[in-house]
Amino acid sequence: MKKSFLFISCEEAHHICDKSQYGEATLWERIKLTIRLTWCKVTRNYTKKNKALTDAMKSSEVDCLNDTELDAIKTQFQKELNNQ
Amino acid sequence: MPKHTIDPNKWIDLYSDYLFNYTITRVSDRDTAKDLIQDTFIAGLKSMKNFKGDASERTWLISILKRKIIDHYRKINSNKGKAEVRMTYNSDENEGDWLEERVADPFDKTAEDTIENSELGDAIYDCLSKLPEKQAKIFKMKTILNYETEAICNELNITASNLWVIIHRARVAMAECMQKNWL
Repeated sequence: MKKSFLFISCEEAHHICDKSQYGEATLWERIKLTIRLTWCKVTRNYTKKNKALTDAMKSSEVDCLNDTELDAIKTQFQKELNNQ
Repeated sequence: MPKHTIDPNKWIDLYSDYLFNYTITRVSDRDTAKDLIQDTFIAGLKSMKNFKGDASERTWLISILKRKIIDHYRKINSNKGKAEVRMTYNSDENEGDWLEERVADPFDKTAEDTIENSELGDAIYDCLSKLPEKQAKIFKMKTILNYETEAICNELNITASNLWVIIHRARVAMAECMQKNWL
């Protein structure tokens, strides 16, 4: 039997779920994911964990150095290291 | 025999982000945080002979950083006592106060929120440090620095599908690592 055009595999569902965490899934992809979520427990679990991770990342307001800042620290430290 | 070894050549790559996040949640100023971690690395370098190997390099650097943060606040406090004049709207004699400014700001953070955020941030970096280097770098660029997919692909010379595979692996590992206490 031919699979419906609405059917997506578990891997594809995870991929769409990942993209949607960054707002990069298209509407059509999200519709297909939603349909799979209605019957696939594995996808539901994955989506739940993935969303929780996104929420944690957002609520932590975690920050890091960008490449320019990191390079400046590296250069300064390298000078000190060479002087040792 | 010491359990941990010390290698300053890798410090910046391994610990900069962890130390920066630790500092920024405590001093709330990007430039100050950068200066403090720079000072920490240099102080660590100068006192390398004191490293006994009982604790990990990161723990040892954090202990130096903590002292730097305390010194920073001491320095600020020593500047206090200089005149500071604040005008308030809320004195009884003043009329025409903005009512909106009198009610509690729902977005105002409590001390508990700040502590929880800084602990969550530490946990995120703990888990991030357990990922393979490339996965951690790409996850950081995409999730923390919010770089566009295309920008990351161009910078690291990888395809978009390759990036999403790496992101997927990183997210699974991060969720697993953080699940116990935070998710």
